[in-house]
Amino acid sequence: MSRYHLEIRVKPRPGLLDPQGKAIHGALRSLGWPEVDEVRVGKAIYVDLDAASERDALDKATAMCRKLLANPVTEDFEVALAGARP
Amino acid sequence: MKAAVVTFPGSNGDFDLREAVQWVGGEAHIVWHRERGGLKNYDAVLLPGGFSYGDYLRAGAIASLSPIMEDVVAFAKAGGPVLGICNGFQTLCEARLLPGALIRNEQLRFEGRDIRVRVERNDTVFTTDYRQAQVLAIPIAHGEGNYEADKATLERLEGDGRVVFRYVDARGEPTEESNPNGAWHNIAGIINEAGNVLGMMPHPERAMEQILGSTDGAALFTSLVSSLVESA
Repeated sequence: MSRYHLEIRVKPRPGLLDPQGKAIHGALRSLGWPEVDEVRVGKAIYVDLDAASERDALDKATAMCRKLLANPVTEDFEVALAGARP
Repeated sequence: MKAAVVTFPGSNGDFDLREAVQWVGGEAHIVWHRERGGLKNYDAVLLPGGFSYGDYLRAGAIASLSPIMEDVVAFAKAGGPVLGICNGFQTLCEARLLPGALIRNEQLRFEGRDIRVRVERNDTVFTTDYRQAQVLAIPIAHGEGNYEADKATLERLEGDGRVVFRYVDARGEPTEESNPNGAWHNIAGIINEAGNVLGMMPHPERAMEQILGSTDGAALFTSLVSSLVESA
């Protein structure tokens, strides 16, 4: 068993209205960045865990996303190894 | 008729909900979310409003995996009536007992005020004491009530007549202005395919007495209580 640091990114699904992204988009434009075309807000979740291998760690994180961390109706997710704890 | 009101850490509508059932002559008890097997001998299960687990991660997400939710799912699958109000609706969606999801209000504001909804179906166990198309004055109090689902799900909900409550204006029309949160098709409440699981964002338990501004919520509880007394 080794210790792995994972970064899980949960993102609003394409096409789904993202009210937070829309509000931030408006703020950025009014602050002088009219070139901003779109803003979407997701979240990053950092998980430290013990696993037998990289593959095992990623598989476990994927299972966590399916069970709890992401809502398949509104969100997509990506799991990746992170270098160290943030 | 005996109803279980499930309390999660952060629920705040549980006592109002118990009071509402008792107000119309039913019996209701608070059941803590860790009590496995705690739903035996109940005729209905009610999931209250509030901020279970502080709305962390997503509203209702962590509550939907609480120990008691396996019993709630079994109760629903066996045909028992389940009502989720506000955070309870969010929890039912997260538990996949109802389709779709409730995301952040379109205008990003928490909305706590009286609104109007139209009764789209008065033939469910929760709505028999309403008139079809009756317009109700009823409060909402939520930051995540914006109902979203994929197109196929929405078409199925509308096609099968599973929208039970819809936000409307004073004339009973589902206008953009009368929609408090950006919900698709002004959806305020939906029912499952079998017709025994209802989720709604408005708070009927807060519209039981004229002194609080409206009595339009009471018929939901009289409907539920009388349908269960009849079937008993």
